[in-house]
Amino acid sequence: CPSDIISTVEFNHTGELLATGDKGGRVVIFQREPESKTEPFSQGEYNVYSTFQSHEPEFDYLKSLEIEEKINKIRWLPQQNAAHFLLSTNDKTIKLWKVSERDKRPEGYNLKDEEGRIKDISTVTSLQVPVLKPMDLMVEVSPRRVFANAHTYHVNSISVNSDYETYMSADDLRINLWHLDITDRSFNIVDIKPANMEDLTEVITAAEFHPHHCNLFVYSSSKGTLRLCDMREAALCDKHSKLFEEPEDPSARSFFSEIISSVSDVKFSHSGRYLLTRDYLTAKVWDLNMESKPLETYQVHDYLRSKLCSLYENDCIFDKFECAWNGSDSVIMTGAYNNFFRMFDRNTKRDVTLEASRESSKPRAVLKPRRVCAAGGKRRKDDISVDSLDFTKKILHTAWHPTENIIAIAATNNLYIFQDKLNSEMH
Amino acid sequence: MECAVDAQSLISISLMKIHNSRTQRGGIKLHKNLLVSYVLRNARQVYIKEKYAEIYRMQQYEEVRTVCNEIQELNPLDLDSEDADDEDQARAACCGDETSLCHRGAAQPAVHVRAPSTLLGCCPFEDSSKESEPCEYRSCCMEASPVSHFDPFSADNIRHCNKTTVLDLDTHVVTTVENGYLHQDCCCDALQGGQGAQSPAKKRKGEFGGCVSEAEDVSDFTAARKRAKREDCSYSNPDYTETSNISNLISIFGSGFSGLLSRQADLEQICSKQALAGLGAWTRAIVAF
Repeated sequence: CPSDIISTVEFNHTGELLATGDKGGRVVIFQREPESKTEPFSQGEYNVYSTFQSHEPEFDYLKSLEIEEKINKIRWLPQQNAAHFLLSTNDKTIKLWKVSERDKRPEGYNLKDEEGRIKDISTVTSLQVPVLKPMDLMVEVSPRRVFANAHTYHVNSISVNSDYETYMSADDLRINLWHLDITDRSFNIVDIKPANMEDLTEVITAAEFHPHHCNLFVYSSSKGTLRLCDMREAALCDKHSKLFEEPEDPSARSFFSEIISSVSDVKFSHSGRYLLTRDYLTAKVWDLNMESKPLETYQVHDYLRSKLCSLYENDCIFDKFECAWNGSDSVIMTGAYNNFFRMFDRNTKRDVTLEASRESSKPRAVLKPRRVCAAGGKRRKDDISVDSLDFTKKILHTAWHPTENIIAIAATNNLYIFQDKLNSEMH
Repeated sequence: MECAVDAQSLISISLMKIHNSRTQRGGIKLHKNLLVSYVLRNARQVYIKEKYAEIYRMQQYEEVRTVCNEIQELNPLDLDSEDADDEDQARAACCGDETSLCHRGAAQPAVHVRAPSTLLGCCPFEDSSKESEPCEYRSCCMEASPVSHFDPFSADNIRHCNKTTVLDLDTHVVTTVENGYLHQDCCCDALQGGQGAQSPAKKRKGEFGGCVSEAEDVSDFTAARKRAKREDCSYSNPDYTETSNISNLISIFGSGFSGLLSRQADLEQICSKQALAGLGAWTRAIVAF
């Protein structure tokens, strides 16, 4: 069922909640069960907490365009009271949702009975004070804000600022800054639309606020560049503070050079010191202090380099893979094809390829590392040849728990949650 | 997963993608179309380079042929050492790039110069059963010459029609861009003038069908060359129904991201105009970006 395809995955700031959005506009929130001594095997497992319809398909009559209900991104707000808040966005509209629990209800009203019907006054002989009685837990989700009509182009990113008051939304050509309480206006902070659209050469592909400095944010482009902007320098941040760009290798030039250099995701490290980017074939770690080239480059699936033409034909070359840091910024993770995902340890320089599939992962079984070998190359047992890869099984969305070694992997319409029991703490 | 990494097929695949994106749910994806236009540009650059090389080779071949004519006039059967040298040179020139020079003759009856020697016998793709008289000097490649076909597309034809309507999604301003894109009727006339065997372009019927070979036809910058290649999509009864869909895309491509178009060589300009000319472009292409 195509509307079940998961389109975004995000842990909240404590890792207690995990939200997924899908192509049908639904959001499913999972909650981690508290570790219980009585049932050792359900320690810290995630179960469905709430499900709601976030966005519906819309039609823009002026432009004769259908607006997809697919959830492009979900971002949690830091928790400030008992309720949880998250932002969800489709191509055009961002919504703020309040997720709260209700486990008590008032009983003993004077003027109405238990079913809510108005009592006959003549039957009221005495007054009572209503009391709160426990009830079965109910999770209520309600839309608190709708931020609409601010984007002409397709929204690809949202990012909550560390000031907890503002957030930004980015589309192909513009980035807008919002106040969480104000829905009828936003500030445009980046605009790369050329005066003449014929001169368009690049678009914005992702954007994120710095985790600690509320004035700094980064956005990536389809040309493979990153721009760090400082909102204190100017109201319109068209001039970047820093430009991160790696010069192109002229010997690697092909018909598809521009496509594979387009950055599909950018993430600040938890420390705020590094940036992680993903393009079609690689993942790169950048040091904020070095603009000339990345600190580290990891080949995710270089064996695809000779297959770019076929991947262009079947549109796979346009797939946008996301990337993630672990809590201590020592390991990075990203998805690939055939339901494979890869992790790279920045310190040991070791990497592993794992598979998210029912067949290869029974609950609580240890994942077996996989290997892809080039066609015609030396093949070990259990290796997969490049030509046997299933390109319809792609892992575009992954998330890492903020503090523990728990990862969430979205494989088409299935969500896998893997936990590293041996090494629960970050190294 | 093999796929032809040649410029022409990439061009047609890219155009198909741009076309399909217009009917995709959620509206035109600016990012994807921008990336596709880069592939289109890259493929076009390669294609033009190949064309340059081909023209150059053909010019060389023309010179060789002239030499052969002269030799034949002198004495068709007299092969003295001097002429043998010329022939060798000529043969070398011809055989230097067999695949590109002669392979086009695969679908066409390949006539070759017989005297003074089997000059084109080096061409492996020729149909040896069609050995024609020495006086026929039309090469297998002549029809595909882009140079000769540029002439019919004179400035007059191009000037007729050129309107592209651009709708800016932000300001909702509609502007009409006059950029030398050809009117459907004009293209037709130009084509008829140039080829002399075309029927008028039909009205656009509807969705682009799955005929890949048709797509390749219209995406080629030189329609005649494609005709030589694709006999099954013969031009004896040209159907421009689907081509007009694709030509519309060419207009869109041309008017959008023209910053990607190289404006360095006149030949390139002519090529792009010719591409549009050969495709029965719409009078008005609505571009919503």
